[in-house]
Amino acid sequence: MKQKQTARVLSQKEIAPDIYDMWIETSLAAEAKPGQFLGVYPKDKSTLLPRPISICEVRAGDGGQWGNALRIVYRIAGAGTREFSSYGEGDRIALLGPLGNGFPLEAGKGKRVFLMGGGIGIPPILELAKCLEADMAYKQVILGYRDRELFLKENFERYASVYVATEDGSMGIKGNVMDVIAANELEADVIFACGPMPMLRAVKKYAQERGIPAYISLEEHMACGVGACLGCVVKTKEIDSHSHVHNARICTDGPVFEAETVEI
Amino acid sequence: MNTEVTIAGITLKNPVMTASGTFGSGMEYSEFVDLNRLGAVVTKGVANVPWPGNPTPRVTEVYGGMLNAIGLQNPGIEVFLERDIPFLKQYDTKVIVNVCGKTVEDYVDVVERLGEEPTVAMLEINVSCPNVKEGAIAFGQNADALSGITREIKRHAKQPVIMKLSPNVTDIGEMAKAAEAAGADALSLINTITGMKIDIHRRKFAIANKTGGMSGPAIKPIAVRMVYQAAQAVKIPIIGMGGIASGEDAVEFLLAGASAVSVGAMNFVNPGATMEVESGIRNYMERYHVENVTELIGAVS
Repeated sequence: MKQKQTARVLSQKEIAPDIYDMWIETSLAAEAKPGQFLGVYPKDKSTLLPRPISICEVRAGDGGQWGNALRIVYRIAGAGTREFSSYGEGDRIALLGPLGNGFPLEAGKGKRVFLMGGGIGIPPILELAKCLEADMAYKQVILGYRDRELFLKENFERYASVYVATEDGSMGIKGNVMDVIAANELEADVIFACGPMPMLRAVKKYAQERGIPAYISLEEHMACGVGACLGCVVKTKEIDSHSHVHNARICTDGPVFEAETVEI
Repeated sequence: MNTEVTIAGITLKNPVMTASGTFGSGMEYSEFVDLNRLGAVVTKGVANVPWPGNPTPRVTEVYGGMLNAIGLQNPGIEVFLERDIPFLKQYDTKVIVNVCGKTVEDYVDVVERLGEEPTVAMLEINVSCPNVKEGAIAFGQNADALSGITREIKRHAKQPVIMKLSPNVTDIGEMAKAAEAAGADALSLINTITGMKIDIHRRKFAIANKTGGMSGPAIKPIAVRMVYQAAQAVKIPIIGMGGIASGEDAVEFLLAGASAVSVGAMNFVNPGATMEVESGIRNYMERYHVENVTELIGAVS
């Protein structure tokens, strides 16, 4: 039977202001896929609900020195994430997961691919960039930041060419990820993206205009994370097969949706 | 040790049930919970036709609990009968279907469809959801309206009827009496307490519906008080709920006068909560040499 688990924090550091990078030793790594997320439970009883946090990287153990581990990179958004940010090596952390569907890797095979991340939507794109094998896809990573705090950028450079936009223009192109595409005349056959809603709307529009598929990862306030509470729904174009109304559950039917299928 | 309780002639193997709306149809939690260990599974509210529910955000956390305004999104009775009933039939647990509607006719429609279904042990009538504009709560906040709908549903129901009461009333005892006098076989309480949260940074309501129903451990003392008051007012059995997280919490409700208990928001905090509550009740019984769980019902002094 699946259950909430207690895992051990291997390391944690602040990699940009209020953005934390944590490695967790957990057997959940064996089943985790890019685009999935964890429900992370605060210990403080006044903050009860699991926080949905995307998986940034998966390390499958080699049975020897390296154990199974997951990496999460998250921003402090409130009391729960503030508590997580106080954890150090050896501390215990309560988890449920991996949750959600993840990115469809096969959709990128043999294609020119945009891997787009905006802000705190950047972390889940890293594991995707790693898992889409270089000989199977032409990967172009496009990252949008607020300012010169280019967290995770170096990690991406191991797997693909990386283009950067910053809102304040301090690094890369001044503007957003869409401006990067235009400025560099980049082209793709398929898009994978995670980021704030205005970015995802722009990605959807861009993909529609070119008739290419875009797989976007959504977020919403959640309670259960397992499809029961119906808190985190997104409007769908067609009647959803589970809900029988125009709503799909982001936690279990997503968080990754083909952009055409959702009304965002 | 005997953990069986009987409600309206239906015997449950133990007093632990799920609170409607927090457990899907049972399917969603079957990966985490052995449904055979539960006294009953109470399903998410089902209406005569699919309901789309409210806009998002629908949920938010508050100190020691949460607010929700899902708006009773559900796939409708047709799908429920085709998909969820066959699933629940596989388990050795009682099935209680929560019924919602906008008009008396809506409720009766669902109640009649379920009457043909032998898997359904009892019906729980939701007249207390604070998050839909029509029906539901309107029937649950006025004793005459509650009495009227209870009587009408009893005329059509083949299974025992549990009326689920709202805590958003002045006198819970009066409401309990009205439901009992109209023929209700049992009561369940409390539904969520109407609340509000404002995001001061964005100066916006935290949930799209503005108000939401509060649940979680922070509401437990209110729920225990209301279960006690209802139990003092009526003779029919009561299913108690509101922030139950452990066996100890469940025992508190039993002592207040509940014959069974439901685990709600805590399923979200710990997917295995129902099983822990069930074993926690047995631990309590062992510790205090309670042979029969029914000895605990209303045993506070």
